[in-house]
Amino acid sequence: MPIITYREALNAALDEEMTRDDKVFLMGEEVGEYDGAYKVSKGLLDKFGPRRVLDTPITELGFTGLGVGAAMAGLRPVVEWMTHNFALLALDQVVNNAAKMRYMSGGQFTMPIVFRGPNGPAEYLAAQHSQALQSYYAHIPGLKVVAPATPYDAKGLLKSAIRDNNPVVVLEGELMYAWKGEVPEEEYLVPIGKADVKREGKDVSIITYSKPLKVVQEAAETLAGLGIEAEIVDLRSLRPLDEETVYASVRKTNRAVVVDESWPVASVGSHVAWLISRNCFDMLDAPVELVASEDVPMPYNHRLELAAQPSAAKVVAAVKKVLYRED
Amino acid sequence: MAEKILMIALSPTMEEGTISAWKVKEGDEVKNGALLCEVETDKAVMEYESPVNGTVLKILLEAGGSAKIGELIAVVGKPGENIDALLKEAAAAAAPAAAATPPTPDRAAPPAGPTVGTAAVSSAPPAAPAGPAAPERAAPPPPAAATAWEGPLGYGSYPRSSPLARKLARDRGLDIRSIPGTGPEGRVVRRDVEGFTGRPAPGYHAPAGAAAPEVPAAEARAPAVPGLQSQEIPVTGMRAAIARRLGESAAAPHFFLRAQVEMDSLMDARAAVNASAGEKLSLNAFFMKLAAEAIKRHPRINSTWKEKTIQIHGTVDIGLAVALPDGLITPVVRDCGGKTVSRIDAELAVLIDRARRGGLKPEEYSGATFSISNLGNYGIEEFTAIINPPGSAILALGETRREPVLGEDDELKVRRIMRMTLTCDHRTIDGAVGAAFLRDLKLMLQEPLRALV
Repeated sequence: MPIITYREALNAALDEEMTRDDKVFLMGEEVGEYDGAYKVSKGLLDKFGPRRVLDTPITELGFTGLGVGAAMAGLRPVVEWMTHNFALLALDQVVNNAAKMRYMSGGQFTMPIVFRGPNGPAEYLAAQHSQALQSYYAHIPGLKVVAPATPYDAKGLLKSAIRDNNPVVVLEGELMYAWKGEVPEEEYLVPIGKADVKREGKDVSIITYSKPLKVVQEAAETLAGLGIEAEIVDLRSLRPLDEETVYASVRKTNRAVVVDESWPVASVGSHVAWLISRNCFDMLDAPVELVASEDVPMPYNHRLELAAQPSAAKVVAAVKKVLYRED
Repeated sequence: MAEKILMIALSPTMEEGTISAWKVKEGDEVKNGALLCEVETDKAVMEYESPVNGTVLKILLEAGGSAKIGELIAVVGKPGENIDALLKEAAAAAAPAAAATPPTPDRAAPPAGPTVGTAAVSSAPPAAPAGPAAPERAAPPPPAAATAWEGPLGYGSYPRSSPLARKLARDRGLDIRSIPGTGPEGRVVRRDVEGFTGRPAPGYHAPAGAAAPEVPAAEARAPAVPGLQSQEIPVTGMRAAIARRLGESAAAPHFFLRAQVEMDSLMDARAAVNASAGEKLSLNAFFMKLAAEAIKRHPRINSTWKEKTIQIHGTVDIGLAVALPDGLITPVVRDCGGKTVSRIDAELAVLIDRARRGGLKPEEYSGATFSISNLGNYGIEEFTAIINPPGSAILALGETRREPVLGEDDELKVRRIMRMTLTCDHRTIDGAVGAAFLRDLKLMLQEPLRALV
């Protein structure tokens, strides 16, 4: 199976879907002439032309609203936000229009639109550009939210998102664009709302999604050295959430650690931790642990920047805590 | 580490207990659940079982001495272990309480260790672990001889424990309070329950390499064990009480009287009442009422042998045997002769419900002057029951079933027939007295109207 990058997987998804359906078009800042700020749209302008790959002004609210209107009119826009930090400006269009239109029109309008771009901290970008803002979208009924952590999932989920008749927010990651993984050549879809067990284990369930998957996998290796078999559940979709896969794992291991790179307050991670506490109550041998980013604006100092985020060491410590291990 | 053995609340209203006898001496090895001593409470003499395995290192309160709830009465640990610090700590903890002399001992002298909370006393109410329980705080405690406590959770009556540990303990019939916790702040966690029983419940996924069982199941009430297992199970307080009381009853010279009853009229009457009133009166309530009416006509049935005298009781207090997961208990409805069937039924419903939840008070299950045991639901045709002291007789009721009977006109008819057996203590009840009672009871059951005339 070919090994490609996360960036290439997204590019392939866009390419295949634009080929498959001429209603699909891409717009955003620098997606055309520049091949995308992170080169996700490389080559698409040449292949599909300026009517289907549109460079927009630096006006997130404006072009996001344009996308919402295009979707109402029957097109299938993919709106690229250079990062989710900038997309805060467009939140009104997403929350008040995209998420509500189908509901408030009594189904007369559908909203087949995708909003995508990098979310979460990268490096050296300081407080305003290092935010993991998924809670803003996961909070809103009417939206779907996916957060793939591997090239395989990125391609399969973006294709499903483009084909969905509801607004889907796709959370990518600047550091993840260069991650590599196996992606089959033949076409496939990853269904929205389906979690994936990335590693099987019997001693503890670590529930995560998006970029922290990597530190969780590192932690699982360290834990294996200590004789602890961790099971990793990658949520992949945040809304709808595949609760059953999470519960099945926790019922097996009786212990849960949730790892989320958002802040800990009112986050997807804290929500998942609550769901587990509530629905697996009788099967828990320890309180659910949450490993999140520290509850501070991202420090610019690099050591502090790293210290503020979930790390393999933090995950290992949390796992030991739920296992009552003190070694 | 040495464990403190503290005076705990052995009856709902107990504030202080007197050691009537130690069953162990210093240096003795005790197992979890073994009888340590007998404690005289305000109500009765209760058994105090060891909450831990170990050696009795020190007995601080000799027989005859009394202690308030929460006070140290003994120490159990490893042989040769130094317990000076522990004794000093206990003495220090007791001092402020003595100095303060509050009207009630409400939380005045918190003992330093968490050990009290895990004390296992099969017959004990949930003693407040962190200090002497004020009576009102020990509100819904089960009585002596009740089954495992299943009341609502509350700090002060329950040790820290994970939900999973509680579930596992429940599945295995273990009292979570009897399991020492090794988690943070003494939390009882899965490994503690598993280590304690060493015997995973069926269908339970035990982790590979789980420790081999070391301690036998403290009370193997495990559900649906696939296949038989050889095991020795400790005697709970309830089981001991059953053994003792029914053993006492063996001293009574028993005789048995049998009769069969046509139940058609009573069943029809009950169906009619239930249909019109919308109430669902239990058949047992009718049996209790009619037995009481028959006893009124034969008061000797309602008596107690007291060696030099025979006590004839002024009210008919009927105990109904109720099966529990591990044992049985006889909630008593007082003065059945003076109550209506619906009143008896209502009281019975409350008592049975409480009995199943382990919350009967001693005064609610003791002192029956007559008893009834009904195994009709099990399809038992007839059986004999053992007298339940202080009563002198017990009525054993079998199944009511449709049977052909030969009528007075020599015609075969189908009737609903129940067989009953009266067990009597011949010291108080002669054969003819028992027979006359049983005849009248039979007639009343066949024609309930007779109870009125």
